[in-house]
Amino acid sequence: MAGPQLGGAAVMAVDELDTLILALRADGYRVVGPTIRDGTIVHADLERSSDLPQGWTDEQGPGTYRARSVDGDAQFSYAVGPSSPKEELFPPRQRLWTATSDGDASFQVVEEVRETPRIAFLGLRGCELAAIAIQDRVFLRGSYQDEVYAANRSDTLLIAVECGSPGGTCFCASMGTGPRVDDGADLILTELLDGDPRFLVRVGSDTGAALLERLTHREASAADLDAREQVVTAAAAMMGRTLDTDGLHDLLLDNLDHPRWDTVADRCLACTNCTLVCPTCFCSTIEDTTDLRGEKAYRDRRWDSCFGLEFSHATPASVRTSTKARYRQWMTHKLATWIDQFGTSGCVGCGRCITWCPVGIDITEEAAAIRRASDPTPADLPVPPTGAR
Amino acid sequence: MHDGIGRPTVAVWKFASCDGCQLSLLSAEDELLRIAEEVHIAYFLEATREVVEGPYDLSLVEGSITTPDDAERIRHVRDISTTLITIGACATAGGIQALRNFGDLDAFRSLVYARPEVVASLADSTAIAEHVPVDLELRGCPIETDQLVEVISAVLAGRKPVTPTHSVCVECKLRGNVCVAVADGTPCLGPVTQAGCGARCPAFARGCYGCFGPTESPNPASLSAWLEEQFGVDHPELLRLYRTFNADAPAFRSESRRHEEVAP
Amino acid sequence: MTTLELPTRGELTGRPYQVSTVRHQTHDVVTIDVRPEQDPIAFQPGQFDMVYVYGVGEAAISISSDPATPGLLSHTIRAVGWVTKALNQLQPGATIAIRGPYGRPWPLEQAQGRDLVIVAGGIGLAPVRPAIVQALHQRERFGRVVLLVGARSPRDLVFRDDLDRWNADRGIDVHATVDSAVRGWTDHVGVVTTLIPRVPFDPENAVVLACGPEVMMRATARSMQARGVPAERIHVTLERNMKCGVGTCGHCQLGPLFLCRDGPVFAWPEVADLLEVREL
Repeated sequence: MAGPQLGGAAVMAVDELDTLILALRADGYRVVGPTIRDGTIVHADLERSSDLPQGWTDEQGPGTYRARSVDGDAQFSYAVGPSSPKEELFPPRQRLWTATSDGDASFQVVEEVRETPRIAFLGLRGCELAAIAIQDRVFLRGSYQDEVYAANRSDTLLIAVECGSPGGTCFCASMGTGPRVDDGADLILTELLDGDPRFLVRVGSDTGAALLERLTHREASAADLDAREQVVTAAAAMMGRTLDTDGLHDLLLDNLDHPRWDTVADRCLACTNCTLVCPTCFCSTIEDTTDLRGEKAYRDRRWDSCFGLEFSHATPASVRTSTKARYRQWMTHKLATWIDQFGTSGCVGCGRCITWCPVGIDITEEAAAIRRASDPTPADLPVPPTGAR
Repeated sequence: MHDGIGRPTVAVWKFASCDGCQLSLLSAEDELLRIAEEVHIAYFLEATREVVEGPYDLSLVEGSITTPDDAERIRHVRDISTTLITIGACATAGGIQALRNFGDLDAFRSLVYARPEVVASLADSTAIAEHVPVDLELRGCPIETDQLVEVISAVLAGRKPVTPTHSVCVECKLRGNVCVAVADGTPCLGPVTQAGCGARCPAFARGCYGCFGPTESPNPASLSAWLEEQFGVDHPELLRLYRTFNADAPAFRSESRRHEEVAP
Repeated sequence: MTTLELPTRGELTGRPYQVSTVRHQTHDVVTIDVRPEQDPIAFQPGQFDMVYVYGVGEAAISISSDPATPGLLSHTIRAVGWVTKALNQLQPGATIAIRGPYGRPWPLEQAQGRDLVIVAGGIGLAPVRPAIVQALHQRERFGRVVLLVGARSPRDLVFRDDLDRWNADRGIDVHATVDSAVRGWTDHVGVVTTLIPRVPFDPENAVVLACGPEVMMRATARSMQARGVPAERIHVTLERNMKCGVGTCGHCQLGPLFLCRDGPVFAWPEVADLLEVREL
C-alpha cells in the first residue's frame, strides 16, 4: 500500500528516528541536527538518534543560556541554540580561489572546487526554515546566484520538527515563522508526548514521501492531528518575547534620530555576536592574502558584521563611526529596510541575538521602547522580563 | 637598503620586555626559516651575532619605553627604518610593567633596589607609538606567530595585512566556540578585546584575559556593569580584569581607574 | 523540492586583462587601459568593475572609456588605498583580473531631446566620461551638451586633452573651474557649483548627471533645483566600500539601498533624504 503523498500525514514511533537517520546516511547524506556539546545544544553531524539531546532542555534569557537535563521521553524539548544551518550553507570562512604567479607580470587563478555536499538538516524549527528561505532570497533570487551558497544548498534535505518548547527569548509567533510549520520542508515532524510518545509526520515533498515509505508508520488519526494542534497552540502561547510588527517598518525609519539609539549604544559592545548568531545575517568580507614568497595569493570570504568599524570604511574614514549608528543600521536593516530589499523581514524571531548578546540587549525591547516613546497614546505594552536569572 | 640579492633587510629591536615575542618568533622554526629566505635578518641579537648596519627596510620593535635612554634609542630606530612595526603588548600598550603607571615609582624603586639612586627610570612605561610614528601594531602577550608571518608577507607583497581589529567574539564564532560568558557565566573580556589569538582561551572554556588589548570600539563600562550585575564580579576584581598586560591601553586604563574610584 | 540549478556565470572570480597603456593624469591619478584575454564584455556608461591586483586585493572602479569599444577598457584610479596605490604602480604588460560590469548606468535615454548637463568634481569626471563620449557619438539626439568640471587646482584636472578637444570641435560646452586661483589659469575660479547659475541651458528641459564628492553632489542638486531642473532629472553616482559588487556582502548599504546593486547611479529623489541622515 502506498503511504502518504504530498500533504499527507502519518505517525511513526520514536525509535524510527534512528531508522530515519540511518536511511539518510545510507543515501549519502550528512545528517546535521541538534546535539549537546560544551553544555549547549548545537548543530553537529548525527550518526544515530542517540546523538540527539534526548532528556535535555534549555533556559534562555537576555545574555544567558543554560542547558539542563530533565526527566521524560522528549527528544526535542528545547529551543534553538547558537548554531544554525547558516554555518553549513554559508560557512564562516570560505576559500574562493587561489592564484599563482611565477613572479612575472601574469598570474593564474585556480577556482576552488565547489563540492555539493548532501546535507539532511534534522530538527529544523519554523524559525530556521524561515531563515533558510530568507537566505535563499538573498543568495539565489537576485540578479546573481552566489556560487558557494548555491553549491551548499543544491542537495539539501530539510526535516522540520515543530517546536513544542520555545524559550525565554523566542518570538517566532510575532514574526509569523512558527511554531507552526506547514510547508518549506521535505518532512514535517511533530513530537507528540500525550500517551505513547510518537511523531506525527507530514509530507512536504515527493522526496519526503519516498523517505517516509522507508520508515515504519501508520496512518495519522484525527486524534493525532488534534494532539499536534495542541502542541503548536500551546507553544505559540509560551513565547518568551513578543514583537509588535504593526507599522514597524515606518516606525523605525521615521525615528532614525530617536534618543533610544543613544541609550542602547551605551550598552552595546559592538562585539558582533548578534549578527554572527543571527541565522539570516549574510554580510561578508574578503581577505586577500599571500604566502611569504608571493608565489601564491589566496582569496577568502568570511562572515563580517555591520558592528565592525572597518565594515563601513569609505576613504578617508568609516561612515558609521559611532556604535549608535551601527546598532541602528543593524536593527533598522533587520526589521525595516530588509523588507524594502527582499520583500520580507530579516528577523525570524528565533531570539538568538537576545540570548547570545554578552550584555543582554533585547531587540524586542528596543523596538518596543521606540514605539512607546513615539506613540502619542502609548498602549500598555507589557515590559518583557529582564533575564532568566 | 636591500641586501646583495634583493631581499629587504629586517631588524628586530628590544626595549623593556620579557623577550617573549622575540622568542615566539624563534620558537616557530619552520616559519623563521621561510622568513629568513625572503628577508635578510640584518639585526636580531637574540638570534644571531651578525649585525648589518642600517638603515633597514623593516624594523620589528618589542618592548616599552621605560628609561630616558630608551626614549632616545627608539627615535634612532625610527630614523633608520622605512617601516616600523611594534610587536606585543609591551610595545603597543606599555606591557605588564605599565602597572607601575598606577603606583608610586619612587616607592617601588626604594623597595626593590639596594641603591635606587643608580636606577634611571621614567615614571611611566609607555607604548612605542607615544614616542614615534608606528606603521603597524601587532598586539598580544605574546604575539601570535601566524600574525607576524602574515604581516611580513603583507609588507613583502605591498598589501594590507589581515590583522582585524574587531573583537575576540568574531574568532569564537568563526571557530564554533560556545560563548563561555553566556552559556557558563564565565567572566570574559572577549567582547572588548581585539582578535588575533584565534580565541584560544575560550576554546578551552576559559574567559578571555584581554592579552590583545582593546578592540577598535571598546565599551568596557557596559561589560563591567553586566559582569557586576549578572555575575557578581566586584569592583576590585573588575579592576584586576582590566589591569594586566594591556593595563595602560587607554580604554582599559580608564576602565580600571573607574573601579579604583568605587573600590572600597 | 530543494533541488536548485547551479549558477552558470561565476561572479567570484575575475577574468584576466592585460594592461596596454598607463596614462598619468595627475600626481596621484592614472588611467589604465586594458585588453581582455577573452571576448570583451559590453558595458554601459556609469557602470563599474571590481578590479583585482595580484597579491594585493580588489577595488570597485568606474569604467572611464568609450562603451562603443568594450575591447579597450579604461579605469581611472586615484591612489588612496592599498589596491589603488598598487594599480597606480602597474606597468604595461601586467595582468589584472576584472569582474563586472556591475551597477545601474546613467539614464542617457532620459536626456534624449533634452539638454544634457554634466557636473564633475575632481576624479568624478571618470565615471561620467563614458556618458559624455556616448552622447558625442549620438550628438544629434540631444539639445545642448554642457560639461561643468571642477578641480582643486589646475594640476588636479583629469582628462585635460579631452576637455580641450571636446570644447574645440565636438559640440559640447566645456566650463572648467578650480577652487583657488593660480598663475596661468585663465578660466573660472570657484567651486564647480558656482558655474551652475551662469551657463546656458534650459533647466526645465535638462537632464543632469553629477559625480564628485558627496558634498558637491548635494550642492549641485540644490543649485540645479533652484534653477528649475526637476529633481527626478538630476542623477548622481554614489560610492561606498564594496566587496562583492552584486548586493550580497552588505558593505555598501545606504538605508534600503545597496549602492552596487541599486546604483551606483541614482535619481536625486531616491537618495536625497538618505544623504541627510548622519552615519546612515
